[in-house]
Amino acid sequence: MEVITILIPIAILLALAFIVGFIWMTVKGQYDDLETPAMRILLEETDNTIKKEKK
Amino acid sequence: MSSPSEPKKTGLLETYSYDDQIVRMFVIATMIWGAIAMLVGVTIAFQMATWKMNFGLQWITFGRLRPLHTNAAIFAFCGNAIFAGIYYSHQRLLKTRLFSDALSRIHFWGWQAIIISAALTLPFGITRGKEYAELEWPITIAITFIWVVFAVNFFGTLIRRRERHIYVAIWFYIATIVTVAVLHIVNGLSLPVTWTKSYSVYSGVQDALVQWWYGHNAVAFFLTTPFLGLMYYFVPKAANRPVYSYRLSVIHFWSLVFIYIWAGPHHLLYTTLPEWVQTLGMVFSIALWAPSWGGMVNGLLTLRGVWGKVRTDPVLKFMALALTFYGMSTFEGPLLSIKSVNSIGHFTDWIPGHVHAGTIGWNYLIIAGILYYLVKKLWNTEIYSLKIANTQFWLATIGLALYYLSMVTAGITQSLMWRAIDSTGKLVYPNFIETVVKIIPMYWVRAFGGTFVLISFLLMVYNLVKTMKQGSVGKEEVYEAYALDASSLEKNAAPHRKLEGLPMVFAVLSLIAILVGSAIEIVPSILSSQYVVKIDSVKPYTPLELLGRDLYIREGCYLCHSQQVRPMVHEVLRYGKNSEAGEFIYDHPFQWGSKRTGPDLARVGGKYPNMWHYRHMINPRDVTPQSIMPNYKWLVDQKIVYATLEKKLSAMKQLGVPYSKEDIETGVVKAKEQAQVIAADLMTSGVPKEIEDKEMIALIAYLQRIGVDYGSLPAEKTAGE
Repeated sequence: MEVITILIPIAILLALAFIVGFIWMTVKGQYDDLETPAMRILLEETDNTIKKEKK
Repeated sequence: MSSPSEPKKTGLLETYSYDDQIVRMFVIATMIWGAIAMLVGVTIAFQMATWKMNFGLQWITFGRLRPLHTNAAIFAFCGNAIFAGIYYSHQRLLKTRLFSDALSRIHFWGWQAIIISAALTLPFGITRGKEYAELEWPITIAITFIWVVFAVNFFGTLIRRRERHIYVAIWFYIATIVTVAVLHIVNGLSLPVTWTKSYSVYSGVQDALVQWWYGHNAVAFFLTTPFLGLMYYFVPKAANRPVYSYRLSVIHFWSLVFIYIWAGPHHLLYTTLPEWVQTLGMVFSIALWAPSWGGMVNGLLTLRGVWGKVRTDPVLKFMALALTFYGMSTFEGPLLSIKSVNSIGHFTDWIPGHVHAGTIGWNYLIIAGILYYLVKKLWNTEIYSLKIANTQFWLATIGLALYYLSMVTAGITQSLMWRAIDSTGKLVYPNFIETVVKIIPMYWVRAFGGTFVLISFLLMVYNLVKTMKQGSVGKEEVYEAYALDASSLEKNAAPHRKLEGLPMVFAVLSLIAILVGSAIEIVPSILSSQYVVKIDSVKPYTPLELLGRDLYIREGCYLCHSQQVRPMVHEVLRYGKNSEAGEFIYDHPFQWGSKRTGPDLARVGGKYPNMWHYRHMINPRDVTPQSIMPNYKWLVDQKIVYATLEKKLSAMKQLGVPYSKEDIETGVVKAKEQAQVIAADLMTSGVPKEIEDKEMIALIAYLQRIGVDYGSLPAEKTAGE
């Protein structure tokens, strides 16, 4: 059962990593706009970038 | 702060193209391995309906093939599908080519080599004996290596992105990559004895806890999070509608990844795992209801307004059904995690039923949707036949319904028979075989349901191949986009972009490094101390028993027989004293099992004469009429391998099993002595003397030892609730 002394820290570490990730992304402005990201993925390359002929 | 999508861009205008060839390669691998995984699945389903389907061949006997089925379905079929979907969407979401074409190829061929090595080892009984983590240590290390290659390629791409905002799908991919690495390494720790044999560094209760922490999260982070990420990309793309609520998807992600990691102990309810750990696992499992359904609702509601399209477009049709099954499975999962429900469902066929509602209903169907989408796009054409896709859809649905309903019926029926006690306090069905015979018709239904699913898959393969043939790959398109730089951030200078990306790669690599390092350092030291209440009478296995135990693992006995008597009246009546944690301290790996196709074996030692086991292993029906267990005739032909015994004993010693130096040196001699005693006993019943050095003897030695040290103590306390 002692293995719980490893598993719990690892689980907490992972959970913490996820929390830090969440805070980081929030600070970074990932969640400032919760509308356009959902729309943007629908745009195909041909719509929002210039398509070039292969040289 | 400026919105990430603000259009005033001043960075360099760069050209780029996508590596779609690697996606095509993974698509084809998915089709091939999916067919093989399901073919093996159908085979073992028929083996459970009739033992004759084992054909008396050791390499294709149920215990050897079942790990092949699970590994092929999870890692080969779903694995390749994940890589295909991630590599396709990752590039497009980030407007950049994958980090390295070479790494992509190493990833692809490395992964296929791992799958092939699994197919070349598991049928030969080369296994670690832990469910879904059966692959022996060299392959386990290879998986780690290829996973790191994948991680570097993935995060390298992330650094080079031309899109500031990281879409929610990618967050699911990140969680997958990081968590799978950790789980795989922690559960994979084992001490090698030879190239094809290793022992788990954990024992008994510890091993069980680590195993199911891994096992459950393999479901969570290999079969769920990556596919949710793919769902968040492919469902909106296929429907051409934005996801129902981006806000909900963010909440969905963070709550899901936070809660999932804790749910593992629900696989060990009513075992000798400490009560509080069981409760913890149960509570978190129930909490999972919310995020799981949040995700399902978000996916299904994305389809609002396009239900007409769902009727005709196979891509959407498969995805809609997949989401429905996802909702069903994630409702059933927490339900089964409630202790009182679990006491009925655990060890029965309800569990494979539940699992397949997830793997067929969610994974296969969403993969089908993704494959149709990808093949259409990557071969620049339309689906060859909508009619075939429709037939596939209905065959899969009916097949799964047959599978699921038969297994739930079988599971509940058998469980109620196990626990039936009459007014005099006796078991109504004391013979386990009665409860097996009762559900054999359900095994037939399941096998045919599985066949339907297999046929549906083959139809899709045909349809996709035809689609590929009518389409053409075409040239790589070249696109232009602005590089990320100051203009897409607020104040940062251009070099920041590099700095920003790099730490992520380092974070993953260092996390892996730290975990490997600390685990290797910490594990052996804490293993020596045993907090599990020690039982004085529990002694290490004799050398011959240890060899027998390895055979037990080789044959995959744990896949049909548990070794854990739960503290319930009917179990104690049927099997004997309920299990205690202290009984398993020398078990590397633990063999509690998760399914009772046959009876529990925790108290089998001393229950029958040696001759009974001998006859039973050669032909179970000689002693148990109507038994569905395969014959294990080769055990009387193959010789015991004594050559590696000393190494095995030393390895066990290193892991904390108290063998003395003398025990190790005299191991072979003692083993042979014990073998002679058992052989002599068998010879009195007319067995020829040649049996003496055969595997059968070692296996009997082990079987006669299981549970004896504690189980044969005077029953000063009987369990029961």
